[in-house]
Amino acid sequence: MIIGDYKATYAADEAIFRSWPVRYGFAALLIALAVLPFGANGFIIFLVTQVAIYTVAITGLNILTGYTGLISLGHGALVGVGAYATAVFANWLGAPWWVVMPIAVVFTAAVGLVFGLPSLRIRGLYLTIATLAASFIIIFIIEHWTEVTRGDSGITLAPATIFGTPLVSDAQKYGLIVPIAILAVLFAQNLFRTRVGRAFIAIRDADYSAEIIGVALTRYKLLAFALGSAYAGLAGSLWAYNFLALLPTQFELQLSIVFLAALVVGGNARTLGPVFGAVFVVLIPEFLKWAFGLLTPLNPTIVEYTAPANTIVYGLLIIGFMIFEPMGLAAIWTRFWRFINLWPFSP
Amino acid sequence: MNIAFVIEDSLTGLMTGGVYALISVGIVLVFRATKVFNFAHGAVLMIGAYFYHTITSMLGVAGLGAWAIYVIGLPLTLIAAALFGAAIERVLMRPMIGQHPFPMIMVTVGLISVLEGTAAIVWSTNAHYPPALVGLSIDFVGGLAINRQMLASFLIAGVVFAIITVLFLKSKAGVAIRATASDQSTAYAMGINVPRVFMTTWMVAAATAALAGILLAPLNSLTPSLSQVGLSVIAVVILGGLDSVIGALLAAFIVGWLEAMANHFLGGDFKEIVPYVVVLVIILIRPHGLLGTPEVERV
Repeated sequence: MIIGDYKATYAADEAIFRSWPVRYGFAALLIALAVLPFGANGFIIFLVTQVAIYTVAITGLNILTGYTGLISLGHGALVGVGAYATAVFANWLGAPWWVVMPIAVVFTAAVGLVFGLPSLRIRGLYLTIATLAASFIIIFIIEHWTEVTRGDSGITLAPATIFGTPLVSDAQKYGLIVPIAILAVLFAQNLFRTRVGRAFIAIRDADYSAEIIGVALTRYKLLAFALGSAYAGLAGSLWAYNFLALLPTQFELQLSIVFLAALVVGGNARTLGPVFGAVFVVLIPEFLKWAFGLLTPLNPTIVEYTAPANTIVYGLLIIGFMIFEPMGLAAIWTRFWRFINLWPFSP
Repeated sequence: MNIAFVIEDSLTGLMTGGVYALISVGIVLVFRATKVFNFAHGAVLMIGAYFYHTITSMLGVAGLGAWAIYVIGLPLTLIAAALFGAAIERVLMRPMIGQHPFPMIMVTVGLISVLEGTAAIVWSTNAHYPPALVGLSIDFVGGLAINRQMLASFLIAGVVFAIITVLFLKSKAGVAIRATASDQSTAYAMGINVPRVFMTTWMVAAATAALAGILLAPLNSLTPSLSQVGLSVIAVVILGGLDSVIGALLAAFIVGWLEAMANHFLGGDFKEIVPYVVVLVIILIRPHGLLGTPEVERV
């Protein structure tokens, strides 16, 4: 009789896919994602691409906030750094995307380190406040360093090309962005089976104890910050190649709050958390647009309320999930599969 | 460069500092008593200013004269704001008493979005200009132009700040707050009603924030983005030392003056970025601020 999800070997406990539903679910998802661009219409492909970009960004935030316990209010601005670095280097060097993207990732990680460095030696609130300050300073620099970033008028870049074909249609961009996002998520999932990932978790749970058992605190915190920023840079780079035009206001504090909302809704410290969260925050604005569109015949001015309604929903999601389900949708998902797994002996 | 203009701008900066002190005292009180850093303090300030706008325009419709603003409008706004603060504490913070600070910080971050969005729907994003407590006029003192409205704001903020500080140090409620701050469970054991202390601090914080909003709204203009002030005041709180009321006062003047100088020498855009640069520098060289408790944990 199966009474729980117990593992008999270390290999089973450490496996990337820990049970059969996860393994087959992942395979099914991969097939669905591979078939999608041939069947679905452009708008759906665009939304899935958007989800992929958000997933990469939120996975970075998850490494920082979920696994290492450092709350960042500057993640949106770091995505902006990645996006602008991509656009600026692509225009300046005229290099292909596979050269520009790594440069943007490394550059963003470096910028993240500059802002994280002072506060990583101090516990608690200070990193959150430093990242908040970083968010405003980064946006200020992007807006005012007009020779490089073109400030408020925005910047454009040439589409990425593969074998001489520029990727301009939604399906073509999907083909570039979604595989990179899947690799990034798998890398994060694998990270937490390694020494480095477990060190992050140890720091979150009890930093002094972690230091005593031999985790070099400052070094691993820096590494977590650099990794989180690198994911933000990758997301920004993908964002730049998806939209091909950037404005500084897209990356303000609001975006950071959206990322935090996604992480909280999806589930902290779970690989699936960022995926659920990204789906959620990408679909909410579309759903609200649709709902308010239905109401327009009754009251033509209601469309003006779409943006504020969006903001309210994001805020309410953070508050509601923090109070009622702090582990997010991923926890509900796990409970559901445990129920299926143990059936007919489910509690 | 004209030295008179520098002095004039310095005075402006110090006067703004008075209002910053009034804003930051709310953050410091809530942090001391409940260990929650309230990122939504600016949003509460903004909502308070909108309460004032609504109440004064209702008074205007009722046909009452300017005296009604002081006799009815101002007290009513402060009471409404205090009740609003109490509601936030009761509904959002109370269920999480005794938990790790992470969820509480997240809730205050979420609250920023909720309050800004609500303000945009209820009062629209167009700028409003609620009546100022003191009319705008410029006095000349020996060649220096002094904005009477700003001076009045400074004086009101200073007086209220002084009252709160004295109450904090002398009154029974103040002692209860400090007892809770230094050891929550012992305070509980000694018969202090800790949840009520939490509620009191939130009410005081919201009321002072609303007053600061009333003072700021006529000077700038009233839009949902007024809540950004709360984020730049974080610089004041960090520089003052998170848990020190007097430190916040000193820091408020320093930050106000630095902003005015940035405005004078570098231009208006740079003024907005000063607080955030100050934050980073303070965290780098003196994380416990000017007068904060130096028990910052280094790990």
